[in-house]
Order: sequence, then C-alpha cells, then structure tokens
Amino acid sequence: MSVSDIKTGFSYKKLIVPAVLGLILVLLATLPVYTPSYTVVLMITILMYIILTVSWALFSGPTGYVSLAPSAFFGVGMYTAAILGKELHLAGMVIAGGLFSFVLALIIGAITLRLRGIYFAMFTFGLVVLIQQILLWWEITFTHTRGRFVIPVDNTTIYYIMLAIFVTLTLTVIFIRRSKYGLALQSIGQDEEAAAHSGVNVTLVKVFTFAISALFMGAVGAIVATRWTYIDPYIAFNPTFSFFPVLMSIFGGMGQLYGPYLGAAIFAYLEELLITNFEYYYMLIFGIIMVITIVFLPSGIVGLIQKWRMLKWGKGGLAKDDANT
Amino acid sequence: MLVTILDVLLAGLLLGGIYALIAMGLSLQYGVARVFNVAHGEFIMIGAMVTWTFYTIVGINPLLSAVISGPVIFVIGFFLYHTLFRYLRTKSITHAAFESNSMLAAFGLLFIIQNIALIIPRWGSEIRGYTYLASPVNIGGAIFAANRLVTLLVAVVIGLAFYLFLMRTRMGKAIRAAAQDAITARLMGININLVLALCFGLGALMAGLAGVLISMCYPIHATMGLEYTIIAIIVIVLGGLGNIPGSFLGGFILGLVGSVVTYFEPGLALVAYYLIFMLLLILRPAGIIGK
Repeated sequence: MSVSDIKTGFSYKKLIVPAVLGLILVLLATLPVYTPSYTVVLMITILMYIILTVSWALFSGPTGYVSLAPSAFFGVGMYTAAILGKELHLAGMVIAGGLFSFVLALIIGAITLRLRGIYFAMFTFGLVVLIQQILLWWEITFTHTRGRFVIPVDNTTIYYIMLAIFVTLTLTVIFIRRSKYGLALQSIGQDEEAAAHSGVNVTLVKVFTFAISALFMGAVGAIVATRWTYIDPYIAFNPTFSFFPVLMSIFGGMGQLYGPYLGAAIFAYLEELLITNFEYYYMLIFGIIMVITIVFLPSGIVGLIQKWRMLKWGKGGLAKDDANT
Repeated sequence: MLVTILDVLLAGLLLGGIYALIAMGLSLQYGVARVFNVAHGEFIMIGAMVTWTFYTIVGINPLLSAVISGPVIFVIGFFLYHTLFRYLRTKSITHAAFESNSMLAAFGLLFIIQNIALIIPRWGSEIRGYTYLASPVNIGGAIFAANRLVTLLVAVVIGLAFYLFLMRTRMGKAIRAAAQDAITARLMGININLVLALCFGLGALMAGLAGVLISMCYPIHATMGLEYTIIAIIVIVLGGLGNIPGSFLGGFILGLVGSVVTYFEPGLALVAYYLIFMLLLILRPAGIIGK
C-alpha cells in the first residue's frame, strides 16, 4: 500500500484488502491442522471476545447507545445450550441460542425505546443482574439445583463453529456499514431527531440492529457453553462479559471498522498472558492498563495507528476518520 | 405480630441509613462532579476493611478509627479527581465523552483498588467480621443489637449534617451552583476545579463512613464493593439523578422495601431492587421525588 493509490482511480488497495482478508481466513480455517491444540483453545477464547466485542460495536458504535446487556444475551445462549443440548443438533442449538437472544433483544429494545444515555446503560445492566437473580432464585426454590452441565464437544468442532459465527458476523458488519441501513444507523447516533425527520424509521432500525447484535452474542454463548461444560447463573450471566466488550471496543478504537477486532484480539491475548504469568496480579495490571488507555489513548489503538500514519504520510491517513464516534 | 413489624421496620431503617449514605456519596460524584464512579463501592470496602483491621489488631473503637480513616479517604478522593478526572475533563471534547471516559477510568480504579485489597496480607478474599456493641437492646418487645441502633443514628446524623452543610454554607451553595451548571458557576467566580474535587472527595468520604458502619453490622470482604455500588446506583435513580436529598430519602425507601421483601422471601430482595429500578427507569426516569 502506498499513498499514491488514494489519488488514482484504480488502486491496489481495492484488491489488497480482500486478498489479505482472504489469506487470514484461509490461515484461520486451516489453523487446527498445523498448530498444537493449545493454539486452538487460545483462538477459541480470542474469537469469543472478538465476536462479543464486534457485535456489541455493531449496535453501540454507530448509535452511541452504551448497552451493558451483552452478558444477558451471552447467558441466554448458554442456558439454551444447557437445556436444549440433548434435543438439538449442535448447529441447531447454536442457531436456537441466537434466536432466543434475538427475541429477547426485540422485547428489551421495544421497552427501552425512550431511554437515552446513561439510563439505557443502567437499564441494560439491571437486566443482566435481574435475569441472574431470578434464575438463581428459581433454581434454589423450584428445581433445587445449582447450575447445569452441558454436553461437551471437541475443541476443533467448537473452533469451526466459532469461525463460522465470526465470518457471518464480519460479513454482516461490512454489509451494514456499506448499506443505506448503516447510514441510517449512523444518523441516529449523530442526531436521532434529525434522523427521524429525514425519513429514517428510527425505532425499527434501532431495535432491529440491537436484536441482530444480540443474535450473535446468543450464538457464541451457546457454543462457549459446550466448552465450559458447567454453567450456573453466576457464570452465564456474569456482568464482566457486559463490561469487556465495551472496554475492548474502546481499547481498539471505534473510529474504524477494525478497531473492535484489534481491541478484542489484543485484550484477549493480554488476558491470557497475564493470567498464566501473573495469576494473582492479573486483574490489577488489567486495571492499570485500562486507566492508562483511557488517559493516553482515548481513541484507542486505531487512534494511535492514525496518528502514526499522519506523521508518516501527512494528512492522508486521516481521510475517513471520525465516522462514528 | 407487632414485634415482627417493628423488627422488619428497624432492619429496613438500618439498611436504609447505610443505603442513604452511599447513595448521597455517589449522587455528589455523579450529580455534581459528573463522574459515574463505579469504583464507589471500593471506598466503602476500604472504610470497612481498615476499620476491621484497626479493631481486630490494635483494638481501636470503630467509630474512633472512622475519625482517622475518613479524612484519609477524603484526601484520596480529592486528589483522584484533581489529577485523573480533572485531566480527563479538560481532555474530553464533549460532555458525553467525559462521562464515558470517566466511567471507564472508574472501572479501571475498581479493578486496581479491589485487587490491591486482595493482595494485602490480612485482608485476602475471605469474609471478615467482628463483634462490637452487640449487647441487646429491647424496644417494645423487639430486641436489637446496640450496634445497629448506633449505626442508624450515625447514618442519620451524617446525612443531616451534610444536608445542613449543603444548604447553609457558602461552600454548599457553590456545590449546588456547580450541580446546576458548572460553566455558569465558574463564570460567577466559583473555583470550579476545587468544588468538583471537593464533591468527589466528600463522596468518597461518605462511602468510607458507610463502610465503617457496614463493618459494624454486616460481614465484609475485599470484593464487596460492586454490590454496594449497584445499590447506590439504584437509589440515586430512585431519588432522581443528582438530587441529593432525594438520594437520602430513596435510601430509606429502598432499605424498607428490601427488609419487607427479605421477610417474605429472602431470595427475592435483589430481584425486587432491580425490578423497581428498571420500572423506574422506564416510567419515571426523573425519580420518585423529581419534577
């Protein structure tokens, strides 16, 4: 990629990006063949975080609504796997997990239409803990159990299902970003009323996108449950999984499409490194990194990359910035 | 029957007093200093654990140790705002950007403080507690431990003292002005950075004092912070965001609700909190006493 591409009509850039993406996909698809099983396990975790983060950013990035509901949808997927695991085929189970989350998100979206800003964030967070507590009470009072077992599946299968969700999600993200629908979504983030006046069906676009993002979170929850094999309300509806996507998106930077991918991948790998090397200090180091990121990298890694490109190539690097912050 | 009602009522008031304190603290931090401080509960934890340490190791009276630990926590809060959050405030382009950035920074603080507490040798992750003033007091047939009554009393006194400070002093007036409109307040000659840092420090102080009271009545542990933060969030929504007297009243209302629900079905107390919280957000986001 050289800077002159940007000015000429035909550019390598148009070919290079799909080629690189294709190469990455081939590498990912053949990963279990040439790497030790540890890498596959690590990739499962990384893909999980990427899917959660990217689907979070799919809705919250352009609209600016900070949703803290991811772990509600993630947990719904997990419980789907635990309850329907015996009845359904693996792929069916993953789709069912996604669909249940989709429906839940439609309902939540319809209820929370009026909520803006911090109120929306608080409501969605309340939802997670509400579901968790009701489920806990239900299990103690009626079923007299605590937690459920999920039928385990071998790691390679889990990996490929994750990869399938990942590819579908990426295609969805690209499609939405390039379509009129994506423009409508961004206009909502900039000025909801103005968007409504320009003929955007604000309600439909908002609720539907929220549900689409929930679909992927539910699907990934269903498949992750088969890897964790045991779940209970505290594991499935763990609020941490609501916070991580937000942090990872911001860490990566939301100005560009690839920001959340980068943020989630680096964060997940960092987490793995810290857990294995500094078991007791990992959350402490994590917190320090977070504060440093907010203070010194407010627009994330993407911001850093752009700054670097600007230094190197002048203003060219900043051509398509600030699309949706 | 009457005794039971009295029992439930007092338990509710006790919970309410503590909730009111922590919510007033968060209300100051969010309503005035505009920092949605999710690490609020960590200051409660510090207050509680420090008091426990002083009491079990040196044998210092909890209320006396509050006189030492309170100011220390205040200073920590004050400087936290004066450095970190003030920097974020000047760096953030928009108001919304500051709110989200400061919330994320607070998340970082939450992890940092909590994990430092977990590393501190004697604190660890176990549940701690001590008995102090546990002698029974008989009120109309219902029997209470003296520490609970003391706690309730102290909570009410702190709440009222703070209210008077807010309403009757020049500094209190400055804080109220800053809560309404920070930019205009600054134009009126108020040292806004000082006022906001003061509010954040006072919020931390209240959390610390609430922690001292909690340690006298309830079991405590290094990871207790978040649950109290969540309760504080529920209460400030109940009282109206940024409405400090509202938070005080809201705390008592939530405490009473909690105690009544716990009497009938202990497992559903938190469920009731969240239901109230979510219903309020949809139906009356301005809070029950708001306009």
